[in-house]
Amino acid sequence: MIFWDFFGLCMANGGNSHTGGVGCGRCQFLSRWRLARNRVVVRARKHLSVSSDHGGASPGFFDRLRAFYLRSDAAKGYVLLSPVMLTMIALLAAPLILLVLYSFWTQVGLKVDTNWTGDRYRELIEKQAYVDIFWRSIQMSGLVTLVTVGLAYPMAYFVAFGVKKNKFIWLILLTIPFWTSYLLRAFSWKIILGYNGVINSGLISLGAIQEPLSFLLYNQTAVVITLAHAYAAFAILPIYVSLEKIDRTLLEAAADLGDGAWARFWRVTFPLSLPGVIGAAVLIFVPTTGDYVTPALVGGPTGQMIANLIQIQFLKIGDWPLGSALAISAMAGVAILVMLFATALQLAVRRIR
Amino acid sequence: MADNIIRIEKVTKQFAGGAKAVDDAHFNVERGEFFSLLGPSGCGKTTLLRMIAGFEFPSEGEIYIDNQASSLIPAYQRPTNMVFQSYAIFPHLNVFDNIAYGLRKSGLSGGELKRRVNEALGMIKLDGFGARRGDQLSGGQRQRVALARALVKRPKVLLLDEPLGALDKKLREEMQIELRQLQKSVGITFVFVTHDQEEALSMSDRIAVMVKGKVLQIAPPQELYEAPGNVEVASFIGSINLIDVTVKSVGAGEAVLDGAGFGQLRARAIDDLKAGEKLVAAVRPEKLALVSSRPGSGSFVEGTVKASAYLGDRSHYHVFVKGRTTPIYVAAQNAERAMTGGFDTAKSVYVTWDWQSLILLRR
Repeated sequence: MIFWDFFGLCMANGGNSHTGGVGCGRCQFLSRWRLARNRVVVRARKHLSVSSDHGGASPGFFDRLRAFYLRSDAAKGYVLLSPVMLTMIALLAAPLILLVLYSFWTQVGLKVDTNWTGDRYRELIEKQAYVDIFWRSIQMSGLVTLVTVGLAYPMAYFVAFGVKKNKFIWLILLTIPFWTSYLLRAFSWKIILGYNGVINSGLISLGAIQEPLSFLLYNQTAVVITLAHAYAAFAILPIYVSLEKIDRTLLEAAADLGDGAWARFWRVTFPLSLPGVIGAAVLIFVPTTGDYVTPALVGGPTGQMIANLIQIQFLKIGDWPLGSALAISAMAGVAILVMLFATALQLAVRRIR
Repeated sequence: MADNIIRIEKVTKQFAGGAKAVDDAHFNVERGEFFSLLGPSGCGKTTLLRMIAGFEFPSEGEIYIDNQASSLIPAYQRPTNMVFQSYAIFPHLNVFDNIAYGLRKSGLSGGELKRRVNEALGMIKLDGFGARRGDQLSGGQRQRVALARALVKRPKVLLLDEPLGALDKKLREEMQIELRQLQKSVGITFVFVTHDQEEALSMSDRIAVMVKGKVLQIAPPQELYEAPGNVEVASFIGSINLIDVTVKSVGAGEAVLDGAGFGQLRARAIDDLKAGEKLVAAVRPEKLALVSSRPGSGSFVEGTVKASAYLGDRSHYHVFVKGRTTPIYVAAQNAERAMTGGFDTAKSVYVTWDWQSLILLRR
């Protein structure tokens, strides 16, 4: 049938393009011929009971699937997403749901009572120690965020605006601390800050102090220093990207309209780098609040954070429901704070004109 | 002495390791003038403008703005404002705040600020657009906002760096007229950089032609076109036919020349012409006409039509003349309605002109 249609098309073209007069012998022949052909086609279609206009057999399942895939952007998107999406569902969403379920259950000895209860959350709010450690975690990671972003901004600014050649090399250099394991970095700070560490022995050999300083390690300051160093690249890179994107003509326009260097920075560069700053702040604040390696290594008794408490509930005390409730509340708290922070910062910067 | 708002004295700009972007520029811009810097891309016109604005500093020479030596004053302290080629609208601010940007710096606030900004919005016919963000504007609107943002500061000189380059043709032509009217009404000196000669010719009081860092000629549009100072200017502004000639004799205000392929030519004499001197005679394509039969008198040359193009209002012909390697370029106005005609390719024709339209130029 495809053959017939193809042939018919050729004939139709031939009929149209030949320049004979109306009713010439050849035309009459052609039209009669076409009529006859149509009759054959109709009979053939009836015989095969196919309704397709193209006269082909109905497409198979795989053809239809293929057509659907080619037409649908959503389908293409999901196919591209699927490896990551499946991993995320298996390793992130499922455990998270389990965590939520556990937080509404009760630990009874070695068994878990699966009757619904909000007692775990009540326990968290009523026990002052839990609330305290939560706030302490927030304060510490807030401080870490502030310090890291504050120190990273000038570095990112320098690479974006000051470096003319080989920017790539500078960016690689900035990420060098990340070439070793996180654990090793935390340990190296232990060596630097320790009782017989680099700072203490250095100061003693210089004669600046007689006794080693004991306030360097095993407290909140040590945690803040270690975390700020560990997360530096997470701050530098997003801020660098947002600074790099700023059209330099905008700064010239600001200068042209009367702004000196500081005013230009405050009125143009900083507001336009805000997405990078917020990104960096979130990238640091969220994981540092939940960090438990660094406080465990350098935090000492006063430097413990919420993650250490969660770890104790799960691995030492064995109260999974309470641990789950702690984890879920910490997550919710951090999420709310991050949203509030980002919105407040955006609103504040919008007032810079 | 004319009232010069800008005096550029022997200004040279040499970038590190590069050629001279601006080479010994020396000229004045009069107060209230629409002054254009015209040249091909890379000729140094933008560098010169940026030196006036204060974004670049001259290697040598001095720039006086309103009689103040300004070449080393930073941009934010100069009484100049600029309209950038990319408009440089602040993306984080709305139209109102963009226009108010410079005024806020000058310490204006409250009602006075509002009044000035709204006045500027009215001037660029964007009343009620104050709350729009920069990315919600069309190219033409962005251009207007950039213009208002610069003009609202009431600068002594407004610098415009190819501000119409990004607009489409129709909008560009509208804006040319609008800009010119605006300049007349506000009375501020405009220094306008463009590579578009039509734009420069139609808008400017005076034009400086720059090629390869050098200012070749400064003149009003008509003079620049009708009496270019040298071959480079003549060939940069519009199209032109160049004929190598040798002076045969010099009479009263008239010279008789010998041109390759043209035989004997007449032209208006220029200063210090000597017999035997080799020059270039130039003639604009639209000063030439084609006729099919040999004219009885006047200046003409016989040739063959090599190519023709019909452009609606006019037709262009390339006419090959014996003894010349490059064809003669003729632009004929299609003054009468004709469905056929013109001059067919390979047809033998005569190119005629008024002898006074020949311009003598020294190489």
